Amino acid sequence: MKPAGSRPQNLRALQRLMHRAILRPLAPGDRTQRRWTDGRTAREMAESFVKANDRLTALERLEIYNRMYWFRILDCLYDDYPGLRAALGPRRFHRLAVAYLTRHPSRSFTLRNLGSRLEAFIRRQPRWTAPHTALAAELARFEWAQTVAFDEAARPVVTAAELAKVAAGRIRLALQPYVTLLAVRHPVDAYVRAVKERDALRTEASNAAGRSRVSARLRRVARPRPERGWLAVHRVDNRLYYKRLEPAAYRMLAALRDGRTLEQAVARGGRAVTAEQVRTWFELWTQLGWICRRK
Amino acid sequence: MPANPFNSHTDYGIGIGLRVPHYRHILERKPVVDWFEIISENFLVGGGRPLEVLDSILEQYRVVQHGVSLYFGSTDRPDREHLRRLKALVRRTGTPWLSDHLCWGSVDGTYTHDLLPMPYTFEAARRTAAKIRMVRDFLEVPICVENVSSYAEFHLSEMTEWEFLSEVVERADCGILLDVNNIYVSSRNHGFNPYDYVDGIPAHRVGQMHIAGHTKFEKYILDTHDHPVLDPVWKLYAHATRRCGVTATLLEWDDRIPSFQEVHREALKANAFIAEARAAGPIRAGRPAGKSPARRTGAPA
Repeated sequence: MKPAGSRPQNLRALQRLMHRAILRPLAPGDRTQRRWTDGRTAREMAESFVKANDRLTALERLEIYNRMYWFRILDCLYDDYPGLRAALGPRRFHRLAVAYLTRHPSRSFTLRNLGSRLEAFIRRQPRWTAPHTALAAELARFEWAQTVAFDEAARPVVTAAELAKVAAGRIRLALQPYVTLLAVRHPVDAYVRAVKERDALRTEASNAAGRSRVSARLRRVARPRPERGWLAVHRVDNRLYYKRLEPAAYRMLAALRDGRTLEQAVARGGRAVTAEQVRTWFELWTQLGWICRRK
Repeated sequence: MPANPFNSHTDYGIGIGLRVPHYRHILERKPVVDWFEIISENFLVGGGRPLEVLDSILEQYRVVQHGVSLYFGSTDRPDREHLRRLKALVRRTGTPWLSDHLCWGSVDGTYTHDLLPMPYTFEAARRTAAKIRMVRDFLEVPICVENVSSYAEFHLSEMTEWEFLSEVVERADCGILLDVNNIYVSSRNHGFNPYDYVDGIPAHRVGQMHIAGHTKFEKYILDTHDHPVLDPVWKLYAHATRRCGVTATLLEWDDRIPSFQEVHREALKANAFIAEARAAGPIRAGRPAGKSPARRTGAPA
């Protein structure tokens, strides 16, 4: 037993120590690391503030919280990133997730935001995903966009009729906060859809008698080959959708998103875009409710 | 005392937690349910499906907000933006009271997303009560704090858990969400008598109760909310109902969630224990409200 002087003496000190212990990554076998950061044994550290009882040591009691923390947040990333998990395989995904969550523990009251910095982390630390870093980063961004599309705010839409009344050089529009535009080098939309269909089939198959018949379809979904694409991840009637865009349409929407005037946005489409195309696209985008006024 | 200042003098009966797997059943079949408890954090979003579902539920049902992230016991200051959004949700739902846990879970703005146990000290009680008062004044709704299940105890503690709970709610002048399952789980993990706990809290402050299932391991019990309520918890619930009066009761079932009908059937079992408690009459045990540890030990208020 350590002398009382080494114990945390107040609420803040106790919470800081326990917090550090809980957030520390688990050792192999999902156990608490046996050595504490200051060279003491983890057992000594735990005994400095946690009581043992007749069944569990102080470290074993602390370990319950350490394990629950990691199981909870890893589960959350597993659920939110099925495409990325499939592309990397379970072991590499696990290593990536632990590295990411160690570097970026949750700074939000809600687990919804846990993956908000995953794409940037993947690009900054490519060793966790190499040689598939570009694909992994695009999948992380695409799957985060789905979280955004699911529950981000919607602002009052601008209708086609309202658009027609305003001089194009003056009006500044915006994209709905729940719409994310993506320029990608892999067909991540088709890939994630295939993974989800495979996962759904696995769930069905787990209850099916004739399992052998579906086994061929339960195999790993092949990673997508490079193929450029332009996507909008959005919602309609509160259902998620991915929409493929023409490159010119993507450029126009990106210009609106970035605060350009309507006139400037149309110009970004390029000379090859006809007035008829512009009219058709804006009709569609206003019908989908993507366009709103800039705040 | 079914209704008191801590639940806005409402009498809500038996409710269940609103969970995603039941959305379709509830919205299409519109089953008769006294009330739903929502997890506030699931609806602190800008828009989309969560708020659409919530608004549909609010057209048909009474809703009470239960939170998991206010962390009354954390030494961090409350996040004003979080509180502002929570207040907007309180206005939207018209919740008669709002509950969250007597625990901590964040340090310096980093969240564990867990309900971590408090050291039962006077310093912690004072700070926690001050935070509860601040949140209540900001949200302008009665607050009930819930006892958590725990797996660790601290050398720093100066009193029992129920003395700490009493100390906090008396200082904060708030209500209690008495989680009977959590009392049972902690009693087994720490070796105290759960009936001492129920008898030791200020019964007149109990505005709501929780019941749930748990999982037994070799050396401890885990609060998993993935089973029906076990017999010892029902017995403790009956005792708590005799002690506190018939109180708004909520069944929590958060993992391996069965059909809506099964969850609702399990919740309604509480009626039998309520009837039993009514027939047996109230327990006239001494009310400990005037015997908080601070007053007994003369510690500074």
